[in-house]
Amino acid sequence: MSETLSVMLFVVLPYAALALAIIVSVLRWREAPFSISSLSTQLLESRKLFWGSIPFHWGIIFILTGHIFVLFLPSTVDWWNGVPLRLYALEITGVALALWALFGMVVLTYRRLSNSKVRRVTTPMDYVVLTILFVQIISGLWVAIGLRFGAAWATGVVVPYIWSLVVLQPKPELISPFPLVLQIHVVAFWVFLAVFPFTRLVHILTYPVMYVTKPWQKVVANVPNTKVR
Amino acid sequence: MRVRAQMSMMFHLDKCIGCHTCSVACKNLWTDRDGAEYMWWNNVETRPGTGYPTGWEDQDHYKGGWKFIEEGKITLRLQNKPEALANLFFNPVLPQLEDYYDPYTHKYSNLFDAPASDEQPTAIPISLITGEPIGISSSPNWDDDLGGSELYARNDLSLDGLDPGVREQMEEIERVVFNYLPRICNHCLNPACVGACPSKAIYKRAEDGIVLVNEDKCRAWRMCVSACPYKKVYYNWSTGKSEKCILCFPRMEVGESPACAHSCVGRIRYMGVLLYDADVIESAASVPDDQLLAAQLDAILDPSDPAVIAAARDAGIGEDWLDVARRSPVYQFVKVWGIALPLHPEFRTMAMMFYVPPLSPVVSTIENKVVKLDISNKLEDFELFDHLDKARLPVQYLANLFSVGNEAVIRQILRKMYAVRIYKRHQSLNGGVVDDATRKLLASADLNENEAEAIYKLTTVPTIDERFVLPPYHREVTIEQLNDPLAYKGAVGMGYIEEPRRGW
Repeated sequence: MSETLSVMLFVVLPYAALALAIIVSVLRWREAPFSISSLSTQLLESRKLFWGSIPFHWGIIFILTGHIFVLFLPSTVDWWNGVPLRLYALEITGVALALWALFGMVVLTYRRLSNSKVRRVTTPMDYVVLTILFVQIISGLWVAIGLRFGAAWATGVVVPYIWSLVVLQPKPELISPFPLVLQIHVVAFWVFLAVFPFTRLVHILTYPVMYVTKPWQKVVANVPNTKVR
Repeated sequence: MRVRAQMSMMFHLDKCIGCHTCSVACKNLWTDRDGAEYMWWNNVETRPGTGYPTGWEDQDHYKGGWKFIEEGKITLRLQNKPEALANLFFNPVLPQLEDYYDPYTHKYSNLFDAPASDEQPTAIPISLITGEPIGISSSPNWDDDLGGSELYARNDLSLDGLDPGVREQMEEIERVVFNYLPRICNHCLNPACVGACPSKAIYKRAEDGIVLVNEDKCRAWRMCVSACPYKKVYYNWSTGKSEKCILCFPRMEVGESPACAHSCVGRIRYMGVLLYDADVIESAASVPDDQLLAAQLDAILDPSDPAVIAAARDAGIGEDWLDVARRSPVYQFVKVWGIALPLHPEFRTMAMMFYVPPLSPVVSTIENKVVKLDISNKLEDFELFDHLDKARLPVQYLANLFSVGNEAVIRQILRKMYAVRIYKRHQSLNGGVVDDATRKLLASADLNENEAEAIYKLTTVPTIDERFVLPPYHREVTIEQLNDPLAYKGAVGMGYIEEPRRGW
């Protein structure tokens, strides 16, 4: 890989993607709040959604949590993986979760293509999102299965690379010599981040965790300076 | 005491002719859009029947409303809060489009564009969602006037607990009986939709109690659709936002009654202000079933009570609103005369739309092919008054709808309504003179002559200003507090409103 391309993909792209993600998300939140929605299609089709949405969302959430864990505590992961049995356990769990998410993706995609009502509310951006997610999940699985062991790649290569970006001393050379599929997995994430604010994916930011802390009822006075008592 | 005002509507079911003018007025005004075709913010159901969406009262199925745990403690039947977060990806009890109906139109262009053929071209039904031809299997009001009653009327949940003999009678064609039930959002005091919304996009307006969805905050988690026991929050599949009856607040803010009420042909609808005590909502919603109705009615305050007036002034309710509250026809029917009840108080949302239950004819039998009324020949005026069991619409059925099964409440109301009828009939037949027997009958229904006259007047010959006593909203003042009018000089309206398009 040429150095220019390497810098483009592993330095310029991530910073540009992050800038887009933050700036466009904020702008969209402020200027076009009506456009932010999870755009559920459950009213139109429910049965296939059950088999697609639940495996996909939970699979992705667990996988993502794992990735974040690795990012912040790479040494703990290395320690855990020091014993082969524990390494296998981690790898198998990861692969199983990814396969679960992939199964959900396949069902969701089939549902979107085959159900005429769901197709009616599908935008081109939805296909972009599906494509990126497929690339992301399949490349991740490929790393895990084809190039053992993903966990080691992550702590040894990807985590230092990400931190180099965070501390503004990017080291693309960490990633560029490694197998193409790992690079695809990384680049796909930056692309994901870049398109994120332009798609329905923004609904991730609105996951309403604060709900658990709020009272059941909500009363709003339409007249300013009126105390709602 | 924390006094707040509530715009409330009352439906006089004895006057409803089931013409659906209200539904059509509402549809033309608000839901004639992509994604909203299937929504009927106002709908009229034939009762007995399963309603719209089909079987909405079955909370074992739909999980709407609040669940009683113990005295003083209730929770959503749908979910606790962590459950809500877990179920966001797939709501296990969301009604499907088929539970409402698959919206359709007809392909009229086929009448003009069809190629030459030996047969007449037809306007085939096509889906309003996909545009593809569809077979229509249901549609709003397919059960109108007991149409398809095998499928619909027989499955009405409120018939549960009725004597099998009575049920059989109701199904016989000679004795068949039905009434109409118009429904809009109940703008509850303890709305389950608000409780269920994880984004807290739904709220109750402090000044008039209207429950609204802030669509800028709605993220289509669709818990409101499931949580509303009346199924009056709808999910717009096109915009990806929830929508519901807004009680025509843009009309009311300029002094007009809601479109459904305004267009009502039978003039069955009344609009007025009710004052309620926000402090008691929680406790009133969490009493055992048999005390629910009384607790809810107790939360409504007397606008003539000096203590209430003082508390209302303290809460910032203006004199003009208090004046309107004192003239509220809804207050008259609900609290003064006590002949209007909320629909299904057992859902514990404290619905703020009220219904005067309908009267019904006497049960008849057929002997030797002659229809015979099931009453004695003497005292024909008083038969139903004293024998409400002879009414074709079983008291228990009405009790299941309006009073958590308490028949005594319904009997009292029906007796009052019959008493007014008997009183007025005697008065007009006897040249204005009322005999002692009739006076006694009035008294036994817990009414005096003045009340009977007032009920008669407000029921039969009210003017539009007596039916709709609307408060002044002073929007011209409040809008200036929210926006600087000079900043919007020359603009249409106040500020930019995002077009309601599907998100990207």
